[in-house]
Amino acid sequence: MVTGLSMGEGLPEKRDVGDGTVFRTEGLTKVYHMGEVDVQALRGVDMELFSGEMVVLLGPSGSGKSTLLNILGGLDTASGGCVTYRGMDLTKATDKELTQYRRSHVGFVFQFYNLIPSLTALENVTIVTEVSDNPMDPRDALRLVGLSERSDHFPSQLSGGEQQRVAIARAIAKNPSVLLCDEPTGALDSATGVLVLEAIERVNREMGTTTAVITHNSDIAAMADRVMRMSGGMIIEVTVNEHRKPPREIHW
Amino acid sequence: MKALNRKLLRNLWEMKAQSLAIAIVIVSGVATFFLSISTMESLKRTQAKFYTDYRFADVFSSLKRAPNALAERIAEIPGVERVDTRVLAEVKLDMPDYADPVTGRLVSVPETEQAELNQLYIAEGRNVQPDRDDEVVVGEAFAEAHQIRPGYSFGAVINGRLKQLRVVGIALSPEYIFQMQAGSIFPDFEHYAVMWMGRTPLGTAYDMDGAFNHVALSVNSEETVEDVIDRLDVLLEPYGGTGAYGRADQVSHRYLSEEFKQLANMATVFPTIFLGVAAFLLNIVVTRLIDTQREQIAVLKAFGYSNRDIGIHYAGLVLAITLVGVAGGIAVGAWLGRGMSNMYMEYYRFPFMDYRLGVATVLEGALIAVASAMAGTLFAVRRAASLSPAVAMRPAPPAVYRESVVERFGLGRFLSPPTRMIARNIERKPVKSLLTVIGIAFACAVLVSGLFFGDAVDYIVEVQFGLAQRDDLTVSFVEPTSDSALYSLRGLQGVERVEPFRSVPATLRFGHRTYRTSIQGVRGGGDLYRLLDNRFQQVELPPRGVVLTDYLAGILRISPGDMLTVEVLEGERPVREVPVAGLVTEFIGASAYMEISALNRLMREGNAVSGAYMATDSNYDPQLYRELHDMPRVAGTTVRKLAIDSFYETMSRQILIFTSIMTALAMSIAFGVVYNSARISLSERSRDLGSLRVLGFTRAEVSYILLGELAILTLVATPVGFALGRGIAGYMTAGMETDLFRIPVVINMDTYAFSAAVVFVAAVASGIVVKLRLDRLDLVEILKTKE
Ligand SMILES: Nc1ncnc2c1ncn2[C@@H]1O[C@H](COP(=O)(O)OP(=O)(O)OP(=O)(O)O)[C@@H](O)[C@H]1O
Ligand SMILES: [Mg+2]
Repeated sequence: MVTGLSMGEGLPEKRDVGDGTVFRTEGLTKVYHMGEVDVQALRGVDMELFSGEMVVLLGPSGSGKSTLLNILGGLDTASGGCVTYRGMDLTKATDKELTQYRRSHVGFVFQFYNLIPSLTALENVTIVTEVSDNPMDPRDALRLVGLSERSDHFPSQLSGGEQQRVAIARAIAKNPSVLLCDEPTGALDSATGVLVLEAIERVNREMGTTTAVITHNSDIAAMADRVMRMSGGMIIEVTVNEHRKPPREIHW
Repeated sequence: MKALNRKLLRNLWEMKAQSLAIAIVIVSGVATFFLSISTMESLKRTQAKFYTDYRFADVFSSLKRAPNALAERIAEIPGVERVDTRVLAEVKLDMPDYADPVTGRLVSVPETEQAELNQLYIAEGRNVQPDRDDEVVVGEAFAEAHQIRPGYSFGAVINGRLKQLRVVGIALSPEYIFQMQAGSIFPDFEHYAVMWMGRTPLGTAYDMDGAFNHVALSVNSEETVEDVIDRLDVLLEPYGGTGAYGRADQVSHRYLSEEFKQLANMATVFPTIFLGVAAFLLNIVVTRLIDTQREQIAVLKAFGYSNRDIGIHYAGLVLAITLVGVAGGIAVGAWLGRGMSNMYMEYYRFPFMDYRLGVATVLEGALIAVASAMAGTLFAVRRAASLSPAVAMRPAPPAVYRESVVERFGLGRFLSPPTRMIARNIERKPVKSLLTVIGIAFACAVLVSGLFFGDAVDYIVEVQFGLAQRDDLTVSFVEPTSDSALYSLRGLQGVERVEPFRSVPATLRFGHRTYRTSIQGVRGGGDLYRLLDNRFQQVELPPRGVVLTDYLAGILRISPGDMLTVEVLEGERPVREVPVAGLVTEFIGASAYMEISALNRLMREGNAVSGAYMATDSNYDPQLYRELHDMPRVAGTTVRKLAIDSFYETMSRQILIFTSIMTALAMSIAFGVVYNSARISLSERSRDLGSLRVLGFTRAEVSYILLGELAILTLVATPVGFALGRGIAGYMTAGMETDLFRIPVVINMDTYAFSAAVVFVAAVASGIVVKLRLDRLDLVEILKTKE
């Protein structure tokens, strides 16, 4: 491997303390070419994500939140600038290396859950643990999100909130070092959304998983250690919460 | 089990009907492959075993008469291993309670009981006692046709004397696996017999004591065959040898070889079609499946599944469907192969059939099926594998629709909105629409090209016996006779017309090319035997010169105007130069024709005739048969109608079975294509159609939009299928053209009609299945799901 990004050998340590920086981006840009027009989704993002913290990304639609998260998670590659994960340059990684990176380090939660409809809740978790190096027992993961009893149900037999909790179980079951959530409550009502957020918060708290949550809902920002506001492809403001508000106390 | 595999199985289960429809097409392809290859190999193996065990000879020659002592000189020819001299005689038979003329060939069995070569397999009873003049062993085909068992007696006119013969055994011989009378165009087991009789009595009857008129040899290596033939010809020339020939020209062996060619042909043409269609179906089904699973692919990739994992996953799905098809193909292929091999045994008389579907064949077939399925889905699977997870996460861009051609021509206002939707949808996916048309067309083509053989046979019979050979019966004389013999024929009651023919065996030579055939001398302007040009117009026989079958002219590379060297293999064996006066078209054989008096002149003989064509009043037939039977000069009588009837009778069962199989195969394609196209359209458009239902369209109107498209594609496909079927028929017959026969591509209207009907039935059936699904469309569910 030319890029010097070596993974899968347990390197680097998942619970790196070092300087505590998990992600660092510098002048990160992303341009989508749509025929004639170029869409500038990111216009130079400089940010850091520290080990164990919970960050909420806020911003209007089209501001580039998902784009940023996708690049951090290795789903997409940047057009310019630099993004490192624990000192390794993701911008130079090959497709194969990104796959290995996602497999070893990243857990995703998506707005529309994206469970595999032909697999049960448990199997949806298993399908991920089967390809990770150091997974937890899929049943434990389901227990963590409070769905042990529903493990043999298919997604079509679960409510939206339950599906999203299965998605969280799926994301954490591999013991990822980072958990990236793109509007996890976007399709849910407030009460259900709280359950989902509680699950995320618990993972972050109990397992120390570095967590980034995208939301449109500024109320949710209260549960974060830090809040980043995006607009027009840039981070325009970062605020630090003195203390995190438990999701239970959040209403919208 | 891995969760990913579980997903695969459940996906398969969800689309079980579609998978099954595809698997059945694969079954058809693989089964036709196994069927033809296993039948061919089993026949070949059986043939080889029969040949070895019963010592089938390598070289044969008939001659007029030679002393037995010549056998020793023949044995001295380098390369010759065994020599078997025998006596062959053509006889008239007198079957009890049976009016039709029957002729037979008597073959001598040596004193040692078992011949050196071409030994008999006694299926029932025993061999003849060499010295008994009243015992015969009869060939199985004839025995079956007349339900003859050992103990049965019948009469035979042996050298002019009627003799009662007793059947002591039923036998098969490697020399007569396929039995056909010289000069016939198809086998007639009912009116022609092969029989074996002791050498001594047969020799005595035909003045062949210590002599022989036929010889068979085996050689120690195939390379020496040509040499041995040349030397044997030299040795036999003074004894009236009519030219030695190898296995390649031995009738029974030759027909078997042609059968193998046909089977090999079938093993390529049909599987190619079926597997091609299956590959296309897999392509559209897997492409659709991957489209609907874009987001699942994205998630799997987001969680670290690699391109390879995804590729293998979908390839596995294709593989699973293919292997189900292969497994079914093995079962169906072996079953049909066994049946077909046994059916072949009605034509080709083997003592046993060593039927096996070999492991190598199975592997080969499986490999071909898997390779074609993979090739068909390679593109779709690769696209799935390399789908970027970020892209896959967002839904596919909405379909782009345009005005259809019809509308652009300004005809849109004549179309109702649903019809416009149909037109636009066909146009939106031109490749898919085109391939669907081709797929359905192939269903039709398989039938057309599979069933046209019956039409071609009818046509050959019609041309050969309606236009060319118009006699009711052919009489052949024991030996060339003065044409005064015709008077006695003309005098018989019921005889309306008699035309003589003279048949002379000869080797034709032009440059370094030669061909052994017989020159038929027929009467110019004759009515009972007409020569036809390629437009089936009667060709006038010129007073001099020879007229060749166009196929023979092709073999010799000779054209009208060239001088042909004729080496006669009879009598004084003259060698003459004769101009080629013209060409005639015939489907069967490769003969040369001359005006009978020109042939007589060439032979420097008087008005000799070998036999006569006769037109008769059928009311007098039984009596006429009797009288001909009793004429010592008449060696045999062939009644055209009886021969044709017997042929059709033997063939009808085969044709029925073959038709049923082809119909089933074609239906599998038609159903597979129409059903899968419909299901995919339904899956792609259930939202549109559901919305229309919500807006108040009736079920019928919505079905029309979906099924109308398929109806149009089916209608377009049918004529394409006709043309395609014709093309395939042409391709197959071109590969089977030989000097034995040429199969014309003649396809009757009813074959086209039947093929179209089968395709329509399959299309309607699959339409109904899809409509039932459409009718159950859950409107709420559809509007809820996001595409
Ligand atoms: N694959 C793509 N092709 C073209 N343009 C894209 C693509 N993905 C994102 N964009 C564009 O990039 C910009 C940023 O998109 P992004 O999805 O990151 O926004 P977002 O902040 O997540 O918005 P939302 O809150 O609506 O999800 C948008 O203008 C979007 O249209
Ligand atoms: Mg977004």
